Amino acid sequence: MRLGLVVDLDKCVGCNACAIACKQWNTSGTSGSLTDYKPYGADPSGVFFNRIRHYETGNYPDSKTVHFPMSCMHCEEAACVTVCPTGASYKREEDGIVLVDPEKCMGCNYCAWACPYGARELDREEGIMKKCTLCVDRIYDENLPKEERKPACVMTCPTTARYFGDFDDPESEVSKLSSKRDGQELFAELGYKPVNKYLSPRKKVEIEKHEICEPDLVRKVKDWVNKVVEL
Amino acid sequence: MHPAFSVIFFTVTSGAGYGFIALLGLFNFLYLGMLIDKNTFFICAAVGISLFTMGLISSTFHLANPKNAWRAFMRFRTSWLAREGLLAIIFYPIIFLYLYFIYIDFQLDYFLLMQTYSLIIFALSIIIIYCTGMIYACLKTIPQWNTFWTPINYITIGVSLGALIFFFILDFNNYNIEPYKFYLLLLIISSLITKLSYYYSIRGPKHDIGQATNAAIKLKTTKVRLLDVGHTGSTFLTDEFGYKVAERKLFRVKMFAIISGFLAPLLLIYIHSFIFENIIFCILAISLAFLGMVAERWLFFAQAKHVVNLYHGSQNV
Repeated sequence: MRLGLVVDLDKCVGCNACAIACKQWNTSGTSGSLTDYKPYGADPSGVFFNRIRHYETGNYPDSKTVHFPMSCMHCEEAACVTVCPTGASYKREEDGIVLVDPEKCMGCNYCAWACPYGARELDREEGIMKKCTLCVDRIYDENLPKEERKPACVMTCPTTARYFGDFDDPESEVSKLSSKRDGQELFAELGYKPVNKYLSPRKKVEIEKHEICEPDLVRKVKDWVNKVVEL
Repeated sequence: MHPAFSVIFFTVTSGAGYGFIALLGLFNFLYLGMLIDKNTFFICAAVGISLFTMGLISSTFHLANPKNAWRAFMRFRTSWLAREGLLAIIFYPIIFLYLYFIYIDFQLDYFLLMQTYSLIIFALSIIIIYCTGMIYACLKTIPQWNTFWTPINYITIGVSLGALIFFFILDFNNYNIEPYKFYLLLLIISSLITKLSYYYSIRGPKHDIGQATNAAIKLKTTKVRLLDVGHTGSTFLTDEFGYKVAERKLFRVKMFAIISGFLAPLLLIYIHSFIFENIIFCILAISLAFLGMVAERWLFFAQAKHVVNLYHGSQNV
């Protein structure tokens, strides 16, 4: 099995619900707690497994905001695991989930250095590295109804922008979506083979622009100069 | 990258210690060990061993959970950090047995065996410094470290620092330092050249925001810009990787490192060797060299830009 997520950037509205659901589930989960530092102070901070960045691209009328949730990619060539000196970081053979054994971690931060995605955060109070577990304590829980055996972020997403499944199974939803919409990897050139895939925003429908009046000569000259300068 | 003082101290002192011990091994291999008496030899070994021991102890200070530090040797098959730790620990019995053999004049009866042993001491010390360098050089996420110049720098600088101390101890004990002046100057020059080559190789950004996001956003023709980083305060990521220093300060530190770490010792040793002999020059050269190397190591961290910054507003790293 090769478990992972598909994130549809066309659907994500950047509401941060996945980050909060993740925090809520995992703070009492196997990798808990997700310590907060000074949560009610002037300068609050804390551990998150999932962070959402927002990007803007292009110029009007092709401008776009893209919301970009990022958590552990559960890489096939996980550098965080190979650099770990203690063996606390490991990748499960049966499903490819990358986990940290808190009994072995010495808090040297080396795995966080090796991760290009910022998926690992040190819990400064416990002195242990924390990261996304793909809700390993949820997805195999037979006490939960079958449709709820998914990571908390996937369960909660109000726009269903997140999908969870096995990429080794060509019939799974994630495999189909990824092949149909050409799922993309982040930082593929580093060679870590991230399992999570991103579905790019599709081309927008062109908005028809009506020419209100013929531009005057000065405008035409300026446009021409602009074009030349841009070349 | 955030420059942690414990790690700066660790890399400089352990490099100097292993560099010194490597030279001692080489010294014996080249028969030169016979020329100095045992007492001086043991003083040298003690200085070298205490240098790298101080470094190794200091390296544990940056751990958030030091009670598990003993596990750091487990994954030597994949991790350079584990390799370094394992070799550093194995080195202790090896060097102590070596010193014992020298103490009982083992080389009088088993000359070839001691020759081999000296060579092993030399090679192992160099390999340990190489491992320290590879801890940083193996990280593809930090382009300013991910170069073969990193371990080369660690080795040449460690050996030069060791050579400076070695030179001083020999001179202080009134040994004939005439044959070694040239080699010491050569070592310092080679460490300077390799360091400058490193600075040249890391010039300019290596990754840009397009590599981090464009594949997914798939708008290759337009520029992507971070609009909102998505967190309201500082995080572990911004503290650890967001360390930024003004270019002018970086330049000033670089100048200081080159002058104090390489050029000043070079000049002082040259004056001491060929113009006006005074042991003060040696002491001054060692102090300036160590000070310069601390600046050089600080720069090594402060200049390094982790690719995660591309998700935190940097357009390139």
